[in-house]
Amino acid sequence: MRRNAFPQVLGHGRQPAFCFVTDWFFRKIAQVIAENCLEIAVSTDPGVIRSHNEDSVFADARLGLAILADGMGGYNAGEVASGMATTRLAADLERVISSTALQSACREGDTATIERHLLNEVSAANFAVFHAAAGSSRYAGMGTTLVLAWFHNNRMTVAHVGDSRLYRLRDEEFALLTRDHSLLQEQLDSGMITPEEARYSGNKNLVTRALGVDPVVDVEIASFDVSPGDIVLLCSDGLNDMVEDEEIALALRTLGGNLQLAADHLVQLANDNGGRDNVSVILIKVRDDFAAGRNWWQRVRDMLK
Amino acid sequence: MAKLILSMDGLVLKEIPLNKERLSIGRKPHNDIQIDNLAISGDHAVVVTILADSFLEDLNSTNGTLVNGQPIKKHFLRNNDIIELGKYKLKYLADLQASVAASDFERNAAIRSGQLKMPSELQLEPGDTITRSSVGLSSVPKPPSPLPGAAIQLLNGPNAGKELELTKTLTTLGKPGLQVAVIAKRPHGFFITHVEGRQFPVVNGRSLDAQAYPLGDHDVIEIAGIKMEFFLKG
Repeated sequence: MRRNAFPQVLGHGRQPAFCFVTDWFFRKIAQVIAENCLEIAVSTDPGVIRSHNEDSVFADARLGLAILADGMGGYNAGEVASGMATTRLAADLERVISSTALQSACREGDTATIERHLLNEVSAANFAVFHAAAGSSRYAGMGTTLVLAWFHNNRMTVAHVGDSRLYRLRDEEFALLTRDHSLLQEQLDSGMITPEEARYSGNKNLVTRALGVDPVVDVEIASFDVSPGDIVLLCSDGLNDMVEDEEIALALRTLGGNLQLAADHLVQLANDNGGRDNVSVILIKVRDDFAAGRNWWQRVRDMLK
Repeated sequence: MAKLILSMDGLVLKEIPLNKERLSIGRKPHNDIQIDNLAISGDHAVVVTILADSFLEDLNSTNGTLVNGQPIKKHFLRNNDIIELGKYKLKYLADLQASVAASDFERNAAIRSGQLKMPSELQLEPGDTITRSSVGLSSVPKPPSPLPGAAIQLLNGPNAGKELELTKTLTTLGKPGLQVAVIAKRPHGFFITHVEGRQFPVVNGRSLDAQAYPLGDHDVIEIAGIKMEFFLKG
């Protein structure tokens, strides 16, 4: 008998046929709900100074999935690393998200299982990048940051490595929900440097964790609730190094009604301020409650109206 | 490399490159910079350098350490800071080329993250970090541009005559849900863009499309039935 890596999660044993039908049904419902409840806009730009864009982005409202990676390494290795991480994670997560195990974990609000699955996929992507880097001298030492968010059942699970960030705008509150894995952040945490001094630090851009650098990676993962009206921002450091948080928040508040315009405006702000690095943003606006299972029939009827 | 220029009474005594992670200053002979003067404590202060940043710390000296005239315990050094110990002065000159060199660093990109140190250890040994692709030049946000100010004045409606200064980077106009446009203040001018609603803004009698439109002095804008004039100030 074949053994799964995670029998506790995937090992459902034999199921009657109608279970598959209901699973398929719930999966479709979840997709329709996500597609209608989430609005997504993406914008990415090499910036003013650099010729290559080493950032990669992926976003899909149907899956409720957003992935952003900021690559590093000589020549085009940075692009390869971030591209690989994003493409691979998008494909793997699409499969995992539609799996029976994850859909039921989602309905039951089993965050631990969801996080374990996501962690698993990020680890696999890490190993893939690491393996590619080890296999070719051109790619030696390449790596990438990562921030990804999966929206499910009125929650989002966020995984990140490095200094790409995730912010959430809720009413007047604009909050950074990830903590950079960077030298500067460690210095801030240990009290060596104040936030004011950090603005002038010459040690930006130094990350303490990255995907593809070691065979194993320490991924930070957490789940947050989301509510209708929230706007979630994923960005590379090309945005937050060039644009103050208050300006970002102002742009989201002011242009939230036109999400693509807001995304483009953020990129433009970074470039107007010097655009010294690649800049990428993904914006996700939560249009409506997307609780799984609950009132789904009512919801589908509302959508069909 | 950043350096310190030691002087007394305007006379330059020594130039000290900050090539060590920990550079001690004091009266005792074991210090990296020994200043044999009674106003200086045996172990007076230390400069800790971590890659491109340097920190000055007073080691509970008897007569204290001043930076730009202010007594400090611990201080993040910025270019041209003047450190005073008794009658001696040390000028800190940051290496403005340092971050340019950081882009070369990029090639060495991924040094093993497994060897990373905790911040406390970093003080002793700032070795291994991964250098992110960076174009160099510290990314301090630019000071506000010297763009002339601008304002809009309402020409009709209940608030006719009222003026609105365009001080923020974004100013919204119109009625949410009906028609909203935004004026963006950018380094090279003011731009109006349609945000939401079926109607697009009208400027000087012509309807705009989805593109941003650069505003000129005395342009007349019409949004949600309200006319207003854009004008530059000063």
